[in-house]
Amino acid sequence: MVQVLMPALSPTMTEGKLAKWLKKVGDTVKSGEVLAEIETDKATMEVEAVDEGTLTEILVPEGTENVAVNTPIASIRGEDEAAAPAAAPAPAAAAPAPAPVAVAPVAAAPAPKAVPAASDEDHWYKSTQTMTVREALREGMAAEMRRDETVLLMGEEVAEYQGAYKISQGLLQEFGEKRVIDTPITEHGFAGLAVGAAFGGLRPIVEFMTMNFSMQAIDHIINSAAKTLYMSGGQMGCPIVFRGPNGAAARVGAQHSQCYASWYAHVPGLKVLAPYSAADAKGLMRAAIRDPNPVVFLENEILYGHSFEVPTDPDFILPIGKAKIERAGTDVTIVAYSICVGHALAAAEKLAAEGISAEVINLRSIRPLDIDTIVESVKKTNRLVSVEESWPFAGIGSEMAAVMMEHAFDYLDAPVVRVCAKDVPLPYAANLEKLALPQPDDVVAAVKSVTYRK
Amino acid sequence: MAVTKRRSTRTAAPAAPALPSKDELIRYYREMLLIRRFEEKAGQLYGMGLIGGFCHLYIGQEAVVVGIQAAMREGDSVITSYRDHGHMLACGMESRGVMAELTGRAGGYSKGKGGSMHMFSREKRFYGGHGIVAAQVPIGAGLGFAHKYLGDGGLNACYMGDGAINQGQVYETFNMAALWKLPTLFVIENNKYAMGTAQARASAGELFERGSAYGIPGYQVNGMDVLEVKAAADKAIAHIRAGNGPVILEMKTYRYRGHSMSDPAKYRTKEEVNKMRSESDPIDNLKKLLLDQGITDEEALKVIDREVKDIVTDAAEFATTSPEPDPSELWTDVLVEA
Repeated sequence: MVQVLMPALSPTMTEGKLAKWLKKVGDTVKSGEVLAEIETDKATMEVEAVDEGTLTEILVPEGTENVAVNTPIASIRGEDEAAAPAAAPAPAAAAPAPAPVAVAPVAAAPAPKAVPAASDEDHWYKSTQTMTVREALREGMAAEMRRDETVLLMGEEVAEYQGAYKISQGLLQEFGEKRVIDTPITEHGFAGLAVGAAFGGLRPIVEFMTMNFSMQAIDHIINSAAKTLYMSGGQMGCPIVFRGPNGAAARVGAQHSQCYASWYAHVPGLKVLAPYSAADAKGLMRAAIRDPNPVVFLENEILYGHSFEVPTDPDFILPIGKAKIERAGTDVTIVAYSICVGHALAAAEKLAAEGISAEVINLRSIRPLDIDTIVESVKKTNRLVSVEESWPFAGIGSEMAAVMMEHAFDYLDAPVVRVCAKDVPLPYAANLEKLALPQPDDVVAAVKSVTYRK
Repeated sequence: MAVTKRRSTRTAAPAAPALPSKDELIRYYREMLLIRRFEEKAGQLYGMGLIGGFCHLYIGQEAVVVGIQAAMREGDSVITSYRDHGHMLACGMESRGVMAELTGRAGGYSKGKGGSMHMFSREKRFYGGHGIVAAQVPIGAGLGFAHKYLGDGGLNACYMGDGAINQGQVYETFNMAALWKLPTLFVIENNKYAMGTAQARASAGELFERGSAYGIPGYQVNGMDVLEVKAAADKAIAHIRAGNGPVILEMKTYRYRGHSMSDPAKYRTKEEVNKMRSESDPIDNLKKLLLDQGITDEEALKVIDREVKDIVTDAAEFATTSPEPDPSELWTDVLVEA
C-alpha cells in the first residue's frame, strides 16, 4: 500500500486546499494520471500519480481547506499487492515535499498579541480587515494606479501569468496591457527603460521576480536612478519603485536567497523599505509609489501568505522613515525588519515567560532610518539586539551598532549584539539552511547575553 | 540557398537630396561652428587647469548632432553618453551654463555638481549626459516609452558610440524597443575608435546591422556631411513617427581629438587624423558648398565666425567668474523633498 501525500507546489507552501478529486475509490490509477487538483493562494495545480495501482481510500475529502503538506490524502494498492494493512508510509509522494523545518516556524505562527505601543497611527485601526501581505501589496498598487494614470507596473510575468507570486493578480484585468506590462527576461534592460520612463514623466513600479535578479540591474538602480537628481542639480527626479521578494525563501539555494537591505541602504539617493505586516505592505507601498524619489521595496516571499489586520480606510497610508514599536518593553530593545520582526516577536513572547520584557521595533524603513525611535527605546532599555537575514559584515546590524555609538553610547549597559544570517552563502540542505538563518532562539540567546541572564 | 533579406542598408539618403533653405544651411554652419569653437575653448580651459576630471571633446563629429537635431521638433527628447557638450548646444542649451558646469561653478546646468559628463535640461528635454557606457540606451528607450504612453507625439533621439554598441543592455533595449514599437531613434556615432580600440578590433560585423535580428531597420550614413545626416534623419524620423518603432542610424564620423584629454593617441597615425581633417571636415565642406553655390559670401560667414567667437568668449568668461557652489550645496538635491 502506498500513501499519496499532500504535495508542496512551491518552496514556501506549507498548506493548501484539496479542491477536487478526479479519481474515486476503486479506480485504477496509472503513473502520470491526474488524481486531484489542489489550490493555494498562488495557483491551482494537479496532483499526478507516481505509483500504479488501485485507489483504495480517499483520506481527505475534496473541498478541505488548509491541508498541511505531507498529510496522507489517499492510498493506492499496487496491482500485485494483496489487500493488506498499509505498510510504513512510503516516500513516494506525488511531489517531493520539503521537510517542515525548511519553513520558518515562527513566521507561520500568528504574531503574538502583545499590546502595541500607542502611536499616531492608531487612528487608522478603528476599522480593520484581515488580509494577507500579498493582497495588501496588490491593494496598495491598485489604489495608487486608480489615483494616478501615470503609475504603471512592469516586470516578468506580472500581467498574463498574474504574477510569479501572484502579487499582481487581477491588475491586468483592471488596468489593461498599457499599464500592466510583461517584460522579457531582461532585468538590466527593463530597469533602465523604466528609469527613462520615470525621467519622462511616468511613475513606474518595477517588479523583480526576486530581488536577487536586481543585481543584473543594479547599475541602473544606483547610477541612473539614485544619482541623477544630484548630478543634475535637482532637475531630474526619478519617481520609481523597484520591488520584489528579498532574502531567503525556503530551500532555493544561495543565488536565490540574498538580503539586499544593506546593499541598497548604502546608497544616498535611494529610499529602502522593508515591510513586515500586511498593513506595512499596503501603507508603505502607497507611500513608495507617491514618493518623488527612487524607492527599493523589499518584500518577503514567506510573508506573502501571512495574514494581518489592515485598516479599511481608503486613504490609509504610512509615512516613510517611521519605525513601529510592535511590542512595548523595558529590559531590552530588539530591532528587526521584514520577516525577522516575526522572529523578534516570538522571542519576546518566550522572554516574557522568563520575566524579561523586550521592546520590539519594526524598522519598516531602512533608509531613511528612524534613529529617534531606536534611541528613545534604548534610553529606556539600555540594551540593543538587532535581527536581520542579511550577512553580518557591513549589515544593518553593523549600522545599528554605529547608531548606538553615535547617539546612545552613554545609555548602553551592554554591547550591541547582532543576530544575522551566518556568514556563508545560504545552503540548500534543510538542516543547514535553518542553521544559517536567524531563529527566534538565537534572538532569545542574544537578549540573555545583553541582559546578563542565563 | 536561403537568402536572408536585409532590411539594413548602407545609405539612407536619397541620391540627390533637395538642398535645404539658405537660412537652414546657415544655421547648420553656425551650430557646427559653435560646437567647434566651444570645444576648442574647453580644451584650452582644461589645459589651464580650470576644467578637471574627464573631458571628452566632440571636435570632428559636429555634423552628426546638428543634422539629427535639425530633423527633430519641439517636444522630442534627447539623451547621450559622456561626449555630450555638442548635443547640449545643439539642443539649444546656453553656452554659459554648459561651460560653467565644465568648470564646476554654481552657474553650471547642474550647479557644478555634475561636470562634463552629467548635464541635463528638462526645459530643453535634454536628459543627459551619462557616464556609464550604454546606460543611456535603455533610458532613451524609456523616454520613448513615456512619449508613447503619454501620447505626446514626441520621440527620443538616443545617441551612443561605437564602443557602447557591444554592451548587452543595448540588445535588451533593441528587443523591447522593437517589440513595443517605441518611438526611439538610435544614433550610433561611429568615430572608429572606442577609446583606443579600433572598430575592427572590437566589433564583429557591421554596426548598422546590429538591429537586424529584431527587425529594426538600420542605415549607414556619412556622418561627416550634415546634409546627408539630415536627410537620413528625416527619413528615419518619418518612419518612427508613423508608429513603426525604432530605427538605427550608424553615423560614420571621426573625432580629431583624443578620447579624453589624457589620450596618448598611440592607436592611430597623425596622417590619418590629418587626412580626415583636410578632406572630410564637416564645417569646411559646408562652407565650401555655401560659397561655391553662391548661397552666401565670405563676409557673411566672417560675421558668423565673430558672433560665435563672442559667444564662446563670453561663456568662458562666465564659467571662470561664476562662483564655486556654496558649501551648503553639498547636501542639497540628494532627494526630492516630498
